[in-house]
Amino acid sequence: MNRFLWPLVGFIALVSFLAVGLTLRPSEVPSPLIDKPAPNFTLPQLASPEQTFSPEGMKGKVWLLNVWASWCYACLEEHPVIMDLAKTHAVPIVGLNYKDVRSEALAWLERHGDAYTLSVSDTQGRVGIDFGVYGVPETFVIDKAGVIRYKHIGAVTPSAVRDTLLPLIRELQQ
Amino acid sequence: MKRLWMALLCAVIAMPSWATASNSEKRMLDIAAELRCLVCQNESIAASRADLAVDLRQQIREQIQAGRSDAEIRAYMVQRYGDFVLYRPPFKATTLLLWLGPALLLLFGLIVLAVSLIRRKQRVMNALLSEEERERADALLQHTISTGKEP
Repeated sequence: MNRFLWPLVGFIALVSFLAVGLTLRPSEVPSPLIDKPAPNFTLPQLASPEQTFSPEGMKGKVWLLNVWASWCYACLEEHPVIMDLAKTHAVPIVGLNYKDVRSEALAWLERHGDAYTLSVSDTQGRVGIDFGVYGVPETFVIDKAGVIRYKHIGAVTPSAVRDTLLPLIRELQQ
Repeated sequence: MKRLWMALLCAVIAMPSWATASNSEKRMLDIAAELRCLVCQNESIAASRADLAVDLRQQIREQIQAGRSDAEIRAYMVQRYGDFVLYRPPFKATTLLLWLGPALLLLFGLIVLAVSLIRRKQRVMNALLSEEERERADALLQHTISTGKEP
């Protein structure tokens, strides 16, 4: 009995470790920027490049920074969700058009709809690096004081909006 | 003549190694080799062809030109991507198991080995005949040998 007990215990422990491992998402690396002030930047607006945008202009508001690109397939997947969120006017959504070509980005918005309060062009991806962007799309929730409170990696799903983003936004808006 | 051609051939073969001879490029690759590419997590930034890795190599190049130290460049990466970006993460509470895990496993293995060796030794000792038992066995054997009959 004892002879088989310990190998069995070891086996069960191993299997449970592996089972937990299957539920983890190694592609979602927690951001060290959570609860830190959002990096400052000044970038030209996508629609009118002669105007610039800087996060400082959003002080006092809770807002979303959604990183997107016309070349990004998952952005197309999440686009209807972002559109629906924009329609509720719950929160201003700023698009960070990451490493894109302006004409292609504008055509993409034309074709699929523009959910953004405004988009800014990060052609070189510098601002993306400052925000620790490594996979598009990514969505940051930034509070009234300009602090990053949450980061959603990958396509935003309806359930993520309902269960995570909106409750957090409402809480921060109070 | 033949020697000259051989020398030329060797020089041509060695050419790629001169291409990256610049000091700062080597320093860039040394730093990048210790950084994980977040897009393809099993590759270093030095080895990866992902767009992000290309951008980050460029970042390192620019920062080297700006006179930043290796530690400053690594801190720049950690500030944006977290400790996960380092292939050699710092020793702290959250990485304790990561660093000490292998040693703990080895220790556990040694303890198991020691316990089972001690147990086996005890089993062998128990199986040995006592002095009295041996005398009796000898006597029985002697009896068999001298009489040719079993007792």
